[in-house]
Order: sequence, then C-alpha cells, then structure tokens
Amino acid sequence: MKILVPIKRVADPDNANKIKIASAGNAVETSGLEWKMNPFDEYALEAALRLTENGKAPKARIGEVIVATLAPKEAEPTLRAALATGADRAIRVDTTDDALDGRLVALALKALVDAEKPDLIVMGKQAVDGDSNQVAQRLAELLDWPMATFAASVLEEAENVLLVGREVDGGTLNVRLRLPAVVSVDLRIVASPSVRSRHTEAAFKYNDGVRFAPLPAIMAAKKKPLDTKTLAELVPSAKLTSPYTRFERPSQRKAGIKVKDVNDLVERLANEAKVI
Amino acid sequence: MANALVIAELGDDGSLRKTTLSAITFAKAALPALGGTFSILVLGGPGSERAAQELTGYGAAKVLHCADASLAHYTAEHFAPTVAEIAKSGYGLLVATASSFGKDLLPRVAARLDAAYAGDCAGVSGDGGKLSYRRPMFAGNAFGTCTLETPIQVATARQSEFSAAEASGGSSPIEKVGKAAVGKAASRVEFVSLDSVKSARPELGDAKTVVSGGRALKEKFNEVLEPLADALGAGMGASRAAVDAGYAPGDYQVGQTGKIVAPALYIAVGISGAIQHIAGMKGSRVIVAINKDPEAPIFQLADYGLVADLFQAVPALVSEIKRRKGAA
Repeated sequence: MKILVPIKRVADPDNANKIKIASAGNAVETSGLEWKMNPFDEYALEAALRLTENGKAPKARIGEVIVATLAPKEAEPTLRAALATGADRAIRVDTTDDALDGRLVALALKALVDAEKPDLIVMGKQAVDGDSNQVAQRLAELLDWPMATFAASVLEEAENVLLVGREVDGGTLNVRLRLPAVVSVDLRIVASPSVRSRHTEAAFKYNDGVRFAPLPAIMAAKKKPLDTKTLAELVPSAKLTSPYTRFERPSQRKAGIKVKDVNDLVERLANEAKVI
Repeated sequence: MANALVIAELGDDGSLRKTTLSAITFAKAALPALGGTFSILVLGGPGSERAAQELTGYGAAKVLHCADASLAHYTAEHFAPTVAEIAKSGYGLLVATASSFGKDLLPRVAARLDAAYAGDCAGVSGDGGKLSYRRPMFAGNAFGTCTLETPIQVATARQSEFSAAEASGGSSPIEKVGKAAVGKAASRVEFVSLDSVKSARPELGDAKTVVSGGRALKEKFNEVLEPLADALGAGMGASRAAVDAGYAPGDYQVGQTGKIVAPALYIAVGISGAIQHIAGMKGSRVIVAINKDPEAPIFQLADYGLVADLFQAVPALVSEIKRRKGAA
C-alpha cells in the first residue's frame, strides 16, 4: 500500500499558553517556542507505518510511506524526523503559513495526490495551532474519495478494504472504505490494538503510543529523498479566502477559594453557588 | 441580501438532535448582517418526518426535507452533494453545529462549493453587512477573527457558545426535496454499525453538570466517578491523559481537541489542568477541582478547590450529596 501522510510543524503545543498577540492585534507570535510535529500528524504517521509492516520487522516496509509538508525550509528537520521513524521519502512544498488556509492546503495536496497516486491518505484530524479541522474532509471531496475522519481504529480487512472506527459523539461509528480513501486520525489510533494491516501477525502486539527513531535511523534519514516543490506549481493562482483580521487573548478566569473539606464544599455548592 | 441555511442533525434513529438548535441560534445571530431569512435542511431516512415537523416551530422561512433510505445512516459522501445542491439554490451562509456530524460534513460541503469555511465558531457578528467569525485557536489560547471571501460561506458553531434556540411557535412550511446525484466516493463507503454508549446519563454537550476524571483515577475511573455522576445526574468526561491511558472512552474527552463543554457545574477530579483540557471546560459557570497536589494548575481557575486524596474525597462527597438530597 502506498500511503501519503501530510504533516505540519506547529509551535510547541505543550506551551501554547506562551503565545503572544502582536500589539496591533493582527498576528499571533510564537517566537521563543520550539517547533514540533503536530501531535495528530505524529499519530497519523504511526498509523501509516503500522499499515505498511508486519509488526515484527518494522524496517521492512510493505509498500511506501511518503510524508509531505507545506512549509519553509526551516521545517525540513520535521520531515527528517518523520523519515527517521520509518517514512520512505518526503516532499516539501515551499510556502509559509500566512500564505495558506485550509482551502489552499487541500488544493495543493490534491495536486500532490494526482502526481503521486497513493492508495491512502492518513492525516491528523486537525493541526493544533489553527485548530481548523477541515483539510482531510476537503481533500476527500476534491478527489471524490470516501473518507473516515476522527479515526480511532483502522483494520485492513482485505486488499484495498479498510474497516475504520470513527470517534463520534456518543460512541464509535464503524465504516468500511474501499481504497483509495482519506482517513483522519484521533488520539486513540496509537493505542496498541488500534491499527492492524493485513500483514500484521495475529499474535503481534504493538506498544501504546508512537515509535521513536533509534540513532542509526536518524543518521540514515539524512540520505532519504526529500523533494521540493513550489506552491505555484501545485496551485497556480493561490488566493486566501479566509483571512484573519484580528487576534485576541481569551479572558482569564480567576482562582476562587480552597474549601476546608467535603462538607464545606457541598455547603458552598448548595447555598453559595446554588448549583446542586 | 443573503439567506442562511441550517443543516439539521438527526440521531441514528431519525430523531432530532438538540445540537441543531445551537446552529439555529447562530443563523439568527448572522441574519441582521445577511439581511435575509433562514431555512432548515433536514436529511434523513424514511423515519425523519417527525424531526422535520418538529423544526417547523422555530421561525424558519421553510423546512426543506430530503428523505431517502441512503440517508438513514449518516455518511458525508451521501449527504454532501444534496447539501451543496440546495446551498446553490439561493443561500449565502451554511451552518451546522460543530458536533462530530457538523465537523465531518460541512468542510466536505465547503470543498464541493469551493467555499471558505470557519470551524467551531464561538461568535459571529456583522459589520457593514459582512460577517466576521470568531474562533478559538492554539488550544483556546487565542481567538482569531476571520472573514470568508467566497460567494457561499460555510461555518460550524460551537455548541457551548450558542444556546439552544427556543421554539417560537408558528409553522414553517415543509418543502420536500430530492436527493442529489452522488459521486464515486459514495459507492466506496459503507455504514457498518454505530456502537453507541448506552447510558441514562445526559450527553456531555447538553449536561448541566459534568463530572470529569483524570489519569490519577487509573483503573478505578468508573468505580469512583459513576456514583458521583449518578448522585448529581451529571454527564461524564475525562482528561486527554485519562483517555490516552485507556481509563476512559474516547468520546469522554473534554478539551480543545475533544468536546467543549460549559455546564453550570464542572467537577474536575484528579485532573491537573493541562492547557488543552482547560480550553474545553473554562466556560463552565462553576468549576470545582479535587486534587491532592495543591500546586496543580487546575486550582488557578477553579471556583472551589479541594486539596484531598480523591479516593477518599469522592465517596465522601457522594454520601454528603445523597444525605442532603435525602433530607430535602
């Protein structure tokens, strides 16, 4: 199976409270924060790797995993990190975040898909900077491919057939997709039993979470192919259609009081806050 | 002048989901700037008549009803073409609530219309006849305001920010519409099953009280929290750490990347208060935190903090609540 995994670098989500708003209110400043791979994209990559191996021999890729990003040259370490964990090759579309919106990203990825012809696209359900949650859905529509968003499990039932468990309000919605298709992943996709390829041996158990690259793989990743394209090659007349005019910090909540004990708490909830 | 179209959300049994009423509130807030009217589009199986009928009482210009066996179970591939087709018949704004339904369907519809999309909006306002959409970003650490520069604009509304519209009486006419032709994608997706969590508890998004647990509960997540949720008639939630660790199901997750809730009372049990969790619950009216670590960040926003071992405090809390209710 040939899988495309679009990835994005984001300002360190664990320190997202340290972002600043420019004094003019027209930009978010992330200076001083480390760049990290969007966590949901890390999970997507892990899922793609699990779908192209038998589990026991994680280096023997059965198929191909391509990672792609739309970002400036400074994002190449993020692509190299993805190559080190097992992706075969990388594509960087040279552009910057402020030249993009969800519509343009989907259009650019559509052009990449037309050129690369993957069987499956696995991607994060949202990037945790813009929190937009739209590219997978848009891309599936542009391609006229079926999709399963917010996937918590993917089982390759047969060649070109996936059974996907989607996290929906109130439960899990199971859908069967015939490839080619788009899958966007949620948190639980990296739990041990969540992803099984047709090649995974029945007795094999994954560890929970994403894999880490050993040092030799990090060295080897430097030699893996990394191609560059321009946004104009993929989307000839790229124009933003959802421009941001203003940013602001949310109002902060103030700390309340510490209660003495359980009785004090219940007393206050009943008579002061009147919520029970 | 433009009209708004609200996309109704139905349960798998064809019943109207309350989420729809928040999208109606959003559409009404956008109407002064749009200068037109709003209508509601109901897509469902043959059993969806009642939902369409129910929606005639909210002041819509009309309720468009598309019933087809292939729409009984939701798949975006079957829904999107019809929504897009109706949108092109005279609407400038499409809106649904940012539930797992709205977030799945509307971006796909937007792509079909080559329209711009603003997801999970916390606010909408009109300035000189032009709509601005205010949305949370960076795990709730910033709000960005954007405009959508396409002939049709598509948005989803954050349920906790748009209260459910009240029925206003009156009777909107129901207009039957046919299902639009679907693409190849529709023939390659198949609904298999919906494993719904059968629970007598209120849904997280609607609950007036939410009891949420963190990783500290470990395997005793349900054993400790369920009695408290039962005593309060509360919905149950969890931190991402508890979901990640497998102690709580995925649809319990409260946070920027999970569910956003704003109940009257939110009780955080053994939750330290990671940024991304706070983004999902800080709109709650009253926040209670129970944690044995007095330095836990959750105490910085809790109205009432209790520094205690949760395995002792929660059962004591349950019996105290029951004792008072019994006495009342």
